[in-house]
Amino acid sequence: MGRMSADGAVSHARPLFMSGNEAVAWGARLARPQVIAAYPITPQTVVIERLSEWVAEGLLDSEFLHVESEHSALSACMGASALGARSFTATSSQGLLYMAECLHYASGGRFPIVMMNANRALALPWNIYGDQQDSLAVLSSGWIQIYIEDAQEALDMSIQAFAIAEHAEVLTPVMLNLDGFVLTHTYEPVEVPGQEDVDVFLPSFRTPSKMDLEAPTNMGFTAGPAHYTEFKVQQHRAMLRASQVAAQVDEAFGQRFGRCYGGGVVPYRCGDADLVLVTLGSVAGLVRGVVDDLRAGGVAAGMLKLRFLRPFPEREIVQALSGARAVGVLEKDVSFGNAGAVFSDVASTLASTTIRPALLNFVAGLGGRDISRDDVERMFDELRAACVQAPGERVRFVNVQESRDG
Amino acid sequence: MVEAPRARVQLPLSLSADEPFLGHKACAGCGGSLAVRLALKVLGERTFVVLPAGCMSAVGFLYPQLAFGCNAIISTFAGTASMMSGIAAAARALKLRDYHVVGFAGDGGTADIGLQALSGAIDRHENFIYICYDNEAYMNTGVQKSGLTPFGARTTTSPAGKNAMGSRGRKKDLFEIVAAHGIDYAATATVAHAHDYIRKVDKARTTVGTSFLHVLAPCPTGWGIDSDRTLEVARGAVDCGLWIQAEYEGGHYHINKSPRRFKPVADHLAAQKRFAHLGKAEIAAIEKERDGRWKRLQRLVGGG
Amino acid sequence: MSKPFVRPFVRPPSPDAYPVGPCFTAGHLVETNAAWRSERPVFTLARCTGCLRCMLACPDGAVLRSKAAVEVDYDFCKGCGICARECVAKAIQMTSEGSEETEESKDGSNVR
Repeated sequence: MGRMSADGAVSHARPLFMSGNEAVAWGARLARPQVIAAYPITPQTVVIERLSEWVAEGLLDSEFLHVESEHSALSACMGASALGARSFTATSSQGLLYMAECLHYASGGRFPIVMMNANRALALPWNIYGDQQDSLAVLSSGWIQIYIEDAQEALDMSIQAFAIAEHAEVLTPVMLNLDGFVLTHTYEPVEVPGQEDVDVFLPSFRTPSKMDLEAPTNMGFTAGPAHYTEFKVQQHRAMLRASQVAAQVDEAFGQRFGRCYGGGVVPYRCGDADLVLVTLGSVAGLVRGVVDDLRAGGVAAGMLKLRFLRPFPEREIVQALSGARAVGVLEKDVSFGNAGAVFSDVASTLASTTIRPALLNFVAGLGGRDISRDDVERMFDELRAACVQAPGERVRFVNVQESRDG
Repeated sequence: MVEAPRARVQLPLSLSADEPFLGHKACAGCGGSLAVRLALKVLGERTFVVLPAGCMSAVGFLYPQLAFGCNAIISTFAGTASMMSGIAAAARALKLRDYHVVGFAGDGGTADIGLQALSGAIDRHENFIYICYDNEAYMNTGVQKSGLTPFGARTTTSPAGKNAMGSRGRKKDLFEIVAAHGIDYAATATVAHAHDYIRKVDKARTTVGTSFLHVLAPCPTGWGIDSDRTLEVARGAVDCGLWIQAEYEGGHYHINKSPRRFKPVADHLAAQKRFAHLGKAEIAAIEKERDGRWKRLQRLVGGG
Repeated sequence: MSKPFVRPFVRPPSPDAYPVGPCFTAGHLVETNAAWRSERPVFTLARCTGCLRCMLACPDGAVLRSKAAVEVDYDFCKGCGICARECVAKAIQMTSEGSEETEESKDGSNVR
């Protein structure tokens, strides 16, 4: 059934049937985190449950901390990272926002922590289902943000994330985003790499930037107006360097494991597309299918999937959209009083170029509301209409219950 | 620590000559800085120090003036005990040997915003030493009332006026809160009773498990005393019974010193401008509360 | 010895030259605190009993054990006056900063 390696770890010859959460747990396990901080929140719980089972069975040698809140979870990870240990945690929505100050602390502190976030709607009202408001509300927190489409990518990127985060040119924490329930709880066949192979791909974490009994340091200090800006510019540049590092890591991963994911964006039939829908996360699968149907019917449709939102893949986006006549951004969030965060980023990037497609924002899927094939086809209809006539409202909430008269 | 080092009695002559905490910008006469200084001389240079936002971090870590000669890191305000937990976990994972993990947090950073993390860390039986230097208000931000501000104290958010005479609340009983967790070792101390404090830091040093020290650390700036009176006022608090020196170990409470007669509370309060507005009624209330606290602790000692 | 000490500091020339972290050498000082003082302690060592109460009382680590009993590091003394207040032997006096007195050795001669 599987090949047993020298240390007893089994590499599975056949794919295992598992959920997105379990795939993240597997990837995290294979990355050998030395410290795991765990606080439960739906729909992330399975990740920490699996990890705790493996620790209990002696299959994973990690210090597993049952912390008392998400703020403490990330705080503990930072403490571990400050000693040069590899650390992992997971959260969602309310928990992500509860640790909000720690997000900035971790990125400014240059702690290469990897954290999975199960994208979930934010209260109020309370809603445990998937949307992307949580992670998109913290885009400025200095974390590398990756959006996962399926369970295989979830496992693979959980490993790649550490390689990117811990790279000496990067030293920036990474947030792996999976759509709540739709991806976290959906089962797919997933290939699980062998531990030995992962160990070669991802060696132990080494850094000079840590507290050390032989070479003491002071960390997390204050920098006044005379110095703070330079620290922030340094942080920003490190984040920008992550683009190239992520591409290199992805290529190396592909060479070793036979799967790679293409970096910051994945264009699908964009080359000669008039109408492009930009999107992120698991809904890309649905959009891809609609694009194929439209193409079969003679419509020049395309999809641009964004994998990395931070660092923002500016160049790749401009390149992919350079020929489009109308661009829609489909996302599961809104910055109240303005537009979706992804739309704002895409639009501002295009505004600095001479590319001037019609731009529409489609806000859909809030609070776990299903996005249907019909919904997506209607988006392309609206994009087509926008080519002919200047669009009125640029921000459109999809499939909203509204009275038709008055 | 993995193995408990042999306990040794610390006398001034055998106290380390090293000064791992030097060059900080604390106010002249700062009780908190003395608490940190003495503890680090006991614990030695193989120590990981965590400090949250507060006086000690604010005065010790302004790049490029970094006043800790040993490993030290600032945590978030609420995150002292959780960051310490992460450090302790990493130290185990990295199989480090012969080290200490110590945190120094103020009263606000411990009994208010830091209480959740402290509770969780004790619950997890973390192997570290948590030292709360208590100057009885949020001093770093300008003397605002905290959960450990005593009844009647004037602070910038509990001023004395027509409506209220300073702080209306009583001091949370932090020592009892911590002991109620069944912690391995807890003690109260003051910066003025140096031998006692050093002994307790040393006991924490050799405890395998979680230790907590609650140190009274007067603040000349916030208490309205001259900078040279810091230790005198700390002694005054003990002598009039407002501060009890006690320990909790192995599930038992122990009071270190029970004065047969207390010195007058009124004299101790009169020496501090933050209590200048109090009248006879308030002072009587303070004495009554003091007596109640002693009775309760004595019952715990008897019952333990 | 992990005692912090003053060393020359040159501002890093660019953001990428700044310490990553922030994480920097422990105990890195760039200045002393001597300028804070309006008063300084003067020790009359002839009266000193060697109890070391002053050493245990100094919040700034500026009173140190020495061969002669104790000495003051005037680079880091802030002149708070606690040592003078705590000395039972009355061997310490606070005097105005800028006065010529420093320390006397046990035999009465001036020793800095």
